[in-house]
Amino acid sequence: MTAPAHVHAAPPQSFLRKYVFSVDHKVIGRQYLDLALVAVVTGMVLSWIMRFHLGFPDTAIPGLGKVAPTGAAGGVITPEYYLELMTMHGTIMVFFVLTTAPFAGFGNYVLPLQVGAEDMAFPRINMMSFWVTLLAFLVLVAAFFIGDGPPLSGWTAYAPLSAVGKDAGPGQGMGQTLWAFSIAIFCIAQLLGALNFIATTLDLRTRGMSLARLPYSTWAWFITAVIALIAFAVLMPACILLILDRVAGTSFFIPAGLVLSDRLQPHAGGSPLLWQHLFWFFGHPEVYVAILPGFGIVSHILPVFTRKPLLGPRVFIACLIAIAFLSYTVWGHHMFLSGMNPFSATLFSVPTLVITIPATIITLLWIGTIYGGRLRFTAASLFALGFVSVFVSGGISGFFLAQPSTDIYLHGTYFVVAHFHFVMGVAAMFGIFAGTYFWFPKLFGRFMNETLGKWHFWLTLIGVYCIFMPMHYLGLAGNVRRYSAFTDDYLKPLIPLHRFITIAALFTGAVQLIFLFNLFRSRFRGAKAPDNPWEATTLEWSTSSPPPVDNFGGRHPVVTHGPNEYGVNDGRGRDYIMQAAD
Amino acid sequence: MSHSAALAASEPSPYQIPSRKLGIWMFILADAATFGAMLFAYGYLRVANPDWNRPFAFWPSIVNGIGMTVILLTSSLTMVAAMLESQRGRTSAALRWLGATMALGALFAALHLREWVALIGSGWRLFRNPLGGTPLVGATFFSITGLHMLHVISGVVVIGVIGLGFRRGRFTASHVEITGLYWHFVDLVWMFVFPLVYLLNMR
Repeated sequence: MTAPAHVHAAPPQSFLRKYVFSVDHKVIGRQYLDLALVAVVTGMVLSWIMRFHLGFPDTAIPGLGKVAPTGAAGGVITPEYYLELMTMHGTIMVFFVLTTAPFAGFGNYVLPLQVGAEDMAFPRINMMSFWVTLLAFLVLVAAFFIGDGPPLSGWTAYAPLSAVGKDAGPGQGMGQTLWAFSIAIFCIAQLLGALNFIATTLDLRTRGMSLARLPYSTWAWFITAVIALIAFAVLMPACILLILDRVAGTSFFIPAGLVLSDRLQPHAGGSPLLWQHLFWFFGHPEVYVAILPGFGIVSHILPVFTRKPLLGPRVFIACLIAIAFLSYTVWGHHMFLSGMNPFSATLFSVPTLVITIPATIITLLWIGTIYGGRLRFTAASLFALGFVSVFVSGGISGFFLAQPSTDIYLHGTYFVVAHFHFVMGVAAMFGIFAGTYFWFPKLFGRFMNETLGKWHFWLTLIGVYCIFMPMHYLGLAGNVRRYSAFTDDYLKPLIPLHRFITIAALFTGAVQLIFLFNLFRSRFRGAKAPDNPWEATTLEWSTSSPPPVDNFGGRHPVVTHGPNEYGVNDGRGRDYIMQAAD
Repeated sequence: MSHSAALAASEPSPYQIPSRKLGIWMFILADAATFGAMLFAYGYLRVANPDWNRPFAFWPSIVNGIGMTVILLTSSLTMVAAMLESQRGRTSAALRWLGATMALGALFAALHLREWVALIGSGWRLFRNPLGGTPLVGATFFSITGLHMLHVISGVVVIGVIGLGFRRGRFTASHVEITGLYWHFVDLVWMFVFPLVYLLNMR
């Protein structure tokens, strides 16, 4: 095999081509991350309003009455408005943060660098995928401004609430239709992205980059793309059928004899459970789309900062593949409470318990990697360690929820809220933070401030445990979720705990200002970073920071080592060997 | 996609599969999941509704469907011929076969549309069943066959674009082959749609 001729397009000159409609995967990756940043701030503000109301149900929020005159007249939110906030919080966070940042954002930026490619396999499709994602976001957010507000059927959009029109409540007219269109559009974007990731990983690897030498983060993005390819391909027709129910009068998800707002709905024969099946067939793989990139980022970062190779890399990859397969067999565990034959429930319970085995093995591999390592504590490594902590804390409650007998009691309570926020929300966010602190020097050629980063980590870690640990107790005490207030029933004694959680949530949210400040300040004022500041082995660190338009400045790196060469003696006084000789 | 495509061309990929071909396979995988979800929904609703009416008589519906099936299968054959001729470098023969494929695809869509118009004329809608019984018969029929017809019509357009580009030398035999993969997939989907949506609904 001869070295390929040096071919790359001249760098684009115009502002639009360079920064806006760029086909450069690095620009697109940053665009995804910027979109996720806007989305996460929006989603977090929504959760603050909800949390404030749960802790202080009678206290008005200053100014909110002006923003939402019908939903929060006088600043105290109505139950319907609470559900609207909850729906938008969940939808924005799951789709536009937890999918967009760790998978589309970091994946786009880092994956082509790690495999030694000049760009993604289909750069123009890549650009389209971002702009379609942005369109989906704008369509979703438009629900705040058009019609009678955002939908209130939750991020899962359970039918028939989501399938019948205005009669179902505020926001169920135009708002829910916008939601369905937004998610259908988002599916198209993610399908294009997933296809690109798979083709890039398999086809554009540089010389010597065999599958066995692929960095673990690239493995994780690759497996995630395979999961996303099938999952979003199923959610899209589900959304199309939902749209038909809403605008064309079909009854796919609406049963006969449904009376809403004193009106008999003109539908018959549909099944609300069908929506749940289609949605969760997407929905459960989707939680792995959110968390597997975090697995990859942590497995990539831990060896760098423990100066030890990742324990059992082949086992790690086998576990990722096992999780990908099993993720398609467990969707029914979201539906134990929806009315399910106990035999079917067992059928879904068993693979749910089995899928914890590869996840547990991966956790043990991480702990084994840390054990006996020479740890370097940086913001990136702390967040990677924090990821392991919150993933274990959130994962353990999963064992209880996997069993139908206990799940039937716990499913409608805050126990589930605590579980999924820990295991896919906070853990995935910790992965995003770890990735940000770790790759920031590569993105911008400057370090983020380590002191601020460490403060950010410790305060966030304490904050999220204060928010989500008590929620398990709320759930065990029978505190139902999705309710806007608990002022006049048996749950009244739990209000002080809600108040504590609310204060912790506001505190944790405020702590994120440290991160935002650090992010923007370091962009321009951070200390200059060398090409390989963390002494890592993978290819993204063998090019300049930030990398040139064609990634390696016309070079085509030749890979001679795996990504796991830490704690060795390279004969030149370094304890690691780069994948491609520099 | 200039520079990476050129890179992919200059260096043989580890699997000897060009990126575009891999991309279309991934698209086919995702599209299969999409049709799978539609057909799953159809089966689910059919089982859930005991008052499911079978709308299709052997004449003319099933006979028409058999004709459409034969036409679509033949178009796959002409597509294979187009691919083989394009790989042998016989441009005009390849273009003729592509034209035949387009004509057969268009004929399929025309027969299908004629059937749709006849059904709509006799009172079928997405939300109405003139025979009585569940309205989901029409909903599933129109949505599943509509999605498939959309694939056929887009396929005819894409074959036209590829054919024109192939004549001008902008596209190569590999483009023809990749278009063929898509076309065969659309054909394969029909092999599921025809028995499940037509034959199972024969009176």
